Amino acid sequence: MSSSTKRRYLKDKIAGKCMMIPAIIISFLLFAIFSLLLIHSEQILSMYSLPDLILSSSWKPLAGDFGFFPFIMGTVWVTCLAMIISIPISIFSAVYLSEYAHPKIRKIIQPFIDLLAGIPSVVFGLFGIILIIPVIRDYLAPMAGTTSSGYSVLAGGLVLSIMVFPILISIIYEVLGTVPMEMREASLTLGANKWETIKKVVLRKAYPGIIAAIILGFSRAFGETMAVLMVVGNVAIVPSSVFDPAYPIPALIANNYGEMMSVPIYDSALMFAALILFVMVVAFNVASKYVLIKIKRRTA
Amino acid sequence: MSSNNSDTVKIAVNNFNLDIGTNEILKNINIAIPKTQITVIIGPSGCGKSTLLKSMNRMNDLIEDLRYEGEIVIDGQNILSKETDVTELRKNVGMIAQSPNPLPMSIYDNISYGPKIHGFRDKKELDRIVENALKTVGLWEEVCDRLKDPATKLSLGQQQRLCLARTLAIEPEIILCDETTSALDPISAKHIETELLNLKEDYTIVFVTHILRQAKRIADYVVFLYLGELIEHGPADEVFNNPKDPRTKAYLEGLFG
Amino acid sequence: MNLRKREEQLFKAIMLLSLLVVIASLFAVFATVIIRGAPSLSIEMLTQVPKGGYYLGGGGGILNAIVGSLYLSIGAIIIAFILSLPMALYLNQYSGKSKIPEIIRMILEVSTGIPSLIYGVFVFLIMIQVGARASLFWGIITVAVFITPILTRGMDEIMQTVPIKLKEASLALGTTRYETLVQVIIRQALPGMLTAVILAFGRGIGDAASVLFTAGYTDSIPTSLGDPVATLPLAIFFQLSTPIPEVQQRAYASAIILLAIVLLLSAVSRILSRRFMKYVIK
Repeated sequence: MSSSTKRRYLKDKIAGKCMMIPAIIISFLLFAIFSLLLIHSEQILSMYSLPDLILSSSWKPLAGDFGFFPFIMGTVWVTCLAMIISIPISIFSAVYLSEYAHPKIRKIIQPFIDLLAGIPSVVFGLFGIILIIPVIRDYLAPMAGTTSSGYSVLAGGLVLSIMVFPILISIIYEVLGTVPMEMREASLTLGANKWETIKKVVLRKAYPGIIAAIILGFSRAFGETMAVLMVVGNVAIVPSSVFDPAYPIPALIANNYGEMMSVPIYDSALMFAALILFVMVVAFNVASKYVLIKIKRRTA
Repeated sequence: MSSNNSDTVKIAVNNFNLDIGTNEILKNINIAIPKTQITVIIGPSGCGKSTLLKSMNRMNDLIEDLRYEGEIVIDGQNILSKETDVTELRKNVGMIAQSPNPLPMSIYDNISYGPKIHGFRDKKELDRIVENALKTVGLWEEVCDRLKDPATKLSLGQQQRLCLARTLAIEPEIILCDETTSALDPISAKHIETELLNLKEDYTIVFVTHILRQAKRIADYVVFLYLGELIEHGPADEVFNNPKDPRTKAYLEGLFG
Repeated sequence: MNLRKREEQLFKAIMLLSLLVVIASLFAVFATVIIRGAPSLSIEMLTQVPKGGYYLGGGGGILNAIVGSLYLSIGAIIIAFILSLPMALYLNQYSGKSKIPEIIRMILEVSTGIPSLIYGVFVFLIMIQVGARASLFWGIITVAVFITPILTRGMDEIMQTVPIKLKEASLALGTTRYETLVQVIIRQALPGMLTAVILAFGRGIGDAASVLFTAGYTDSIPTSLGDPVATLPLAIFFQLSTPIPEVQQRAYASAIILLAIVLLLSAVSRILSRRFMKYVIK
């Protein structure tokens, strides 16, 4: 073997080993985040029991009350509302794009959806403040017979639903694309029309994939910080209607980071909140992947 | 020449031309497909046989950039006209594809799918239809105790018979077969052929194949297509034993294909 | 039968309506921001840093945030690129038949789903440990960490589309794996990789939650990595938080600037990928 060839092989080996390094780093990153958050939560976890923290609604940190329930419920209300709005719209849009739209139309619409995905969170928050809040305050709340400052679960849910459209639409569109053409043809040759084929065959086959997309959408929605923070009111109560303000977990963390340095227990409480958020997001993410893997195995 | 005598002709193809994009796929096709017989369309691969077949149930509508002229008349109606209700047409003209394509449902639901779409709701009625269809294709014994199983659990040969059964369930008068046995093992292929031979008394069957021996086994009437043109057609005996066109002769002798 | 057709028509209408809602929201967001922000958009906004009393209505602009964001995001994307490229290559060439790439891809996917806020908190906790203060440096680190999984996944997806035949052909000619990578795969994947980089850059520049704790905020343009730095998203946020209408208006104008950057990035990535497509073998 000539020396230049030897050198090439050596380069190859070194490059191979070097490339592994970032891979190892990334694998430990998640673990590191979890550990760090857990360590910082230790203090509050050692002073209060888990059920107390999660189920209590009293949040007076300076007095030592750390009830996370309002924040958990705030996250749940806003996220669920956003998904209830976004899921049907996204499914219908994706079905249209996949099954009915002319390829030219698809090409035109695609950039718009990508653009929507690229808009920064603060801008959505701004949009919420300029348009959504006044509409809720001046029209929707009175129509529903209540008053509201506009800063509400509804505002958060509406803004969040728009932010979730691109993720849901693109994943569901892809999932629909994996349904084999032969299945649609089978249904059509039996005399079904396109919509019946979609309803009874395509969506049925795509169902698990759609569920996976929804779970992933939830995961993204949980963690969305800025936009929701700007429009949701940030009042630590358990919402009883969509017109009530709320205080989702990301907002709690973002708003109070300044306090973190001064009162150690408060700091620990916030890190616990971050831990809850982290675990929720990872759990949903993994669940979504699990569903997708199961589908792949079933069809393979 | 096509005769429009509706006592013996089920499908009349008149002056039918079809292009996809800039390619002429079918040129000036004129055939009269006889009733309650098995008509086999033969010819080398890629000469338009499947395309002709799929025109008969308007499944060609799914292809982009496709244009056609001429008529295809079934029971006195030109099915190519814009007014045709395609879903009704396909109830009357069933089709079985080359590879089995079961729906993502149970065996029972696969068969009851068609009838349900077309209005049958009564459970007892559907049970009867499913049983009859499965019996006709000889599957009943094999699957009667596992009707709720997913159709994908069946073997390929069984799946193709399932596809035949679900087509029969909608009670068509015409059955189109697009190389229906090509993907199957010889035994399953034989099963299907036998079933078709039984069915021809009640159904008009049009069968596309590139396997000459198969054609000889089952055909009553033969149509020979080459490069999109109709070369010869007639009763099977005549075409196989006494081909008039030299190209037909050459094809039958295996000189190309 | 008529019923079936009617049902189809009804649902087609619903589908079109849904799509319209999605597109309309895009336009609504742009329209509201632009309409409300345009009056306050001025050259000063783009070319000056906030003067004293800016937040009380005084003069100046947000040059500090524009430059700050650029410094931060460019720094972050460089680091992210250095980390992501080898990882993407590793996943696509060195993996062989083992399960390792699958696992790593799974971890990457989960990492892309972690909210940027959590990355911000994570880096902040480290900063506390080492006694560091919020600065450009830590902002760059945070954004780099947050966008690296995104960039890696983007590049990985592109590289996966390089036809196996191409890799095989190159290997059959006697090149080592490393050489195959560089000369064949990267060239083939170039347009897609550029798109991935630009997309990740866009995510980084628009994010507020990650830099909230870690980059600080200042009215001046940073001169060293240890200085705090202003970012556009935070500039928008803080200007909005003041009670003074003129300053709030400026927040809207700042948002236009941010949107313009996002639009520009989107357009550039499209043009570039089309330009480079001619090197790609289909």
